[in-house]
Amino acid sequence: MKRRFKVGWSLILAAVMLFSVVACSLPDDKVVRVYNWGDYIDPTVCDKFEEETGYKVIYDMFDTNEDMYTKLVNSKTKYDVLFPSDYMTERMIDEDMLAEINFANVPNYANVDSTYKDLSYDPDNKYSIPYMWGTLGILYNKTMVSEKPTSWNALWDEQYSQSIFMLNSQRDAIGATMMLLGYDLNCTDDDAIAQVKQKLVDQAPLVLAYLVDDYKDKMIAGEAALALAWQGDAVYCIDKNPDLDYVIPEEGSNIFYDTVCIPKSCGNKAGAEAFINFLCRPDIAALNAAYIGYSTPISAARELMGEAGANAIAYPDLSLYKLEIFSALGDKNKIYDMVWTEITTSVGI
Amino acid sequence: MKKKMSPLAKAYITLVLAFLQLPILVLIAYSFNESKSRGVWTGFTFDWYAKMLQDSAIMSALGTTLVCGLLAALISTIIGTAAAIGLNSMKRKAYNLTLTVAYIPMLNAEIVMGISLMMLYTLLDIELGFFTLLLSHITFCLPYVVLSVMPKVRQFDYSRYEAALDLGATPSYALRKIVIPDLMPGIISGFLLALTLSIDDFIISFFTTGNGVNNLSTVIYTMAKRGVSPKLNALSAIVYVVIMILLICINVIPKKDDNRNKKRVAERN
Amino acid sequence: MKKSSKLLAIPLIIWLAVFVVVPFVIIIYYGVTVENDAGVISVSFENLKRFADPMYLKVFLRSIKIALISTMVCLLIGYPVAYILSRSASKYKGLIMLLIMMPMWMNFLLRTYSWMSLLENSGIINSILQALGLDKVQFLYNEGAVTFGTVYNFLPFMIMPINTTLLKLDDSLLEAAYDLGAKPAQRFFRITLPFSMPGVLSGIAMVFVPSVTTFVISQLMGGGKVPLIGDIIEKQFRVVNDWHFGATISLVVMIVVLSFMFVINRTDKQDAGERSMIL
Repeated sequence: MKRRFKVGWSLILAAVMLFSVVACSLPDDKVVRVYNWGDYIDPTVCDKFEEETGYKVIYDMFDTNEDMYTKLVNSKTKYDVLFPSDYMTERMIDEDMLAEINFANVPNYANVDSTYKDLSYDPDNKYSIPYMWGTLGILYNKTMVSEKPTSWNALWDEQYSQSIFMLNSQRDAIGATMMLLGYDLNCTDDDAIAQVKQKLVDQAPLVLAYLVDDYKDKMIAGEAALALAWQGDAVYCIDKNPDLDYVIPEEGSNIFYDTVCIPKSCGNKAGAEAFINFLCRPDIAALNAAYIGYSTPISAARELMGEAGANAIAYPDLSLYKLEIFSALGDKNKIYDMVWTEITTSVGI
Repeated sequence: MKKKMSPLAKAYITLVLAFLQLPILVLIAYSFNESKSRGVWTGFTFDWYAKMLQDSAIMSALGTTLVCGLLAALISTIIGTAAAIGLNSMKRKAYNLTLTVAYIPMLNAEIVMGISLMMLYTLLDIELGFFTLLLSHITFCLPYVVLSVMPKVRQFDYSRYEAALDLGATPSYALRKIVIPDLMPGIISGFLLALTLSIDDFIISFFTTGNGVNNLSTVIYTMAKRGVSPKLNALSAIVYVVIMILLICINVIPKKDDNRNKKRVAERN
Repeated sequence: MKKSSKLLAIPLIIWLAVFVVVPFVIIIYYGVTVENDAGVISVSFENLKRFADPMYLKVFLRSIKIALISTMVCLLIGYPVAYILSRSASKYKGLIMLLIMMPMWMNFLLRTYSWMSLLENSGIINSILQALGLDKVQFLYNEGAVTFGTVYNFLPFMIMPINTTLLKLDDSLLEAAYDLGAKPAQRFFRITLPFSMPGVLSGIAMVFVPSVTTFVISQLMGGGKVPLIGDIIEKQFRVVNDWHFGATISLVVMIVVLSFMFVINRTDKQDAGERSMIL
């Protein structure tokens, strides 16, 4: 009896589910399939786009560039709009996976500042538009440091032993150390890598933890004095805890761009371009930048955002710093990985 | 006869339960925190509850999680229970081989399972969506169901089944009336474990779903980069409290056939 | 039972053939091949050699160690729970069983964040310690924290199967033993424990096997300082994009874990000649 009840119940639920699946099986030219980072768009933007254009948005989310790439290449799932970061955009251009955007359909591209055009990952501005950008730097707690850090060396300062968070992200940690030692951000020279490894192994006993996403809440709570951090996260943390501040070290750092692209395998290029055009509209870009807290490349949007658009952390004077973009590492990824594994296993018991 | 718990036993059970519930209580507490960050407490608010109810993405993910979890648990319980009974009457070699293969989903790192299933669907030319999500969940739940039911099958006294057949019961009648009731505790625990695994899985779900079908895990994990919204704490709090109220209603409100149940329990033991 | 009952295993066998064997063959393919710079794939055991590096072996041994300790702790905490519940006549038994399962229905990430809120250096427990004038304790970012997280997340998987087997334990057996003058310890080791062995083995399998390859717990509780083999495998697929190496490690881990389970199952003497839970 109980069992029969269970079966019947499940059948009803299954029917509901089937209904919702059927509801989204519209023809390709009526839908725009978006594949974006989780929580990386204002929740009202898709609804507004649907209302204004009549397209239906099917929205999926990913967690890392590599996940997005893996699913795009290896599964039967189609996407029209993608949001890869700079080095992934470069790799996808190299592998001939991205379609050239027809900018006649994206008149709002004119709103993007020239500072954010002609970038190394897409030198001819053919395949991508920048969506959000930020730098890598040091987030620190003013009440816990003896003086304002200005150099990456602060992360090696013994007085902050067991009060330092590093990002458990090999590109960022190794990149920052490369800059500290005077190399290029993307250096893959064996000698340089060996020096960076030694430097980071030396640092390991000082590090409280190598964190990924959870460093933000911990910095807000005052768990550590210093953290290797991304600019957008720094804006968020400073907003929650005014004791925190952010600095781009004098040796130079990384500047990253999350871009918007259309894969060659898309099913609705016109729809994808309409979506991209929509994202470049100043009011929409302002909504997104305000919601996400990252920095927008559209200055007309900044003007609409009031104080948040003038935030000195979110919009530093880029001409003051030596900033480099990550490039695709290809096979050298393996070497970075082995080095990083060696570093993070060098402490433990 | 079974006895009442001794005070020491009661204290021990209470302690273990407290250990298990403690983080959930903290999780619920943070659903009332005004700040989005769990790093600071800025004040008491119900805002996250209101925001959660308005978030259609979270609501549909909740639906997917529940439907997928219940269906995956149900189907894997049926297949797994049947198999546990069937396997036990197989020759030793066939039995061992099947069981070893059945445990592969458990032995594999989740990521390996997720990627290889995704490749399978690509080979079979199936587009990712709810269907592939469900198939994958059933696959990784199966070994747990088999592991839950198998001990009960091995305890089962076959002479009772044979006696029923001797008395003229058909095999299927004997199965339903003698075997299944005896295996029930194992079946129920298999179902619960399968449901739990399905609700909690992220990696396999991520690689085997698509087309806008998301469960709560994929929503929460992909959100982690920017910070998981307390909306999800609010949702968890509601789910927790609703289940709790249901459980209390079922257990505390005296049942009509309570006495009959007690008698049956006494007989069985 | 009648021969025809064998047929009941057929749905499972078909399911396994499609959804387990085929994907497994794909993994074996990746595991025994490598891709060179030109993208040519060839059979090679180069990755096996790479895995033999002390750095990876250290991580692997640590993963097995943490999984073994966690399994033991789960057994020590879980067995009494299962025993008490199976022996009790309380009408709240079902409720308690569900209360044991329920925390696992709240998302893993959320409940682990809650543990972090409790255990951080600036967390709730340390704030209480400080308020009481005691010294702070660093709970997180070490191996103990990873073991703790593993125990928390896998405990219900130990309690459930042991409880279901113990339900069947006949009191008259224990009473007879008592009448014959058996001491409590004797009764436990001679009657109760052997009787519950199938459930114990299921529990060990459900805790030990998945905990060897677990990965997020180590990142969150261990603060990235205690990487486990599951983290290394995960990275090969999700960061480095070296599926071949990831698949090789996964296969090696699988073989080692299977051997472990084989040894553990041999202790199930009751069945040594017959069949066991795994293998």
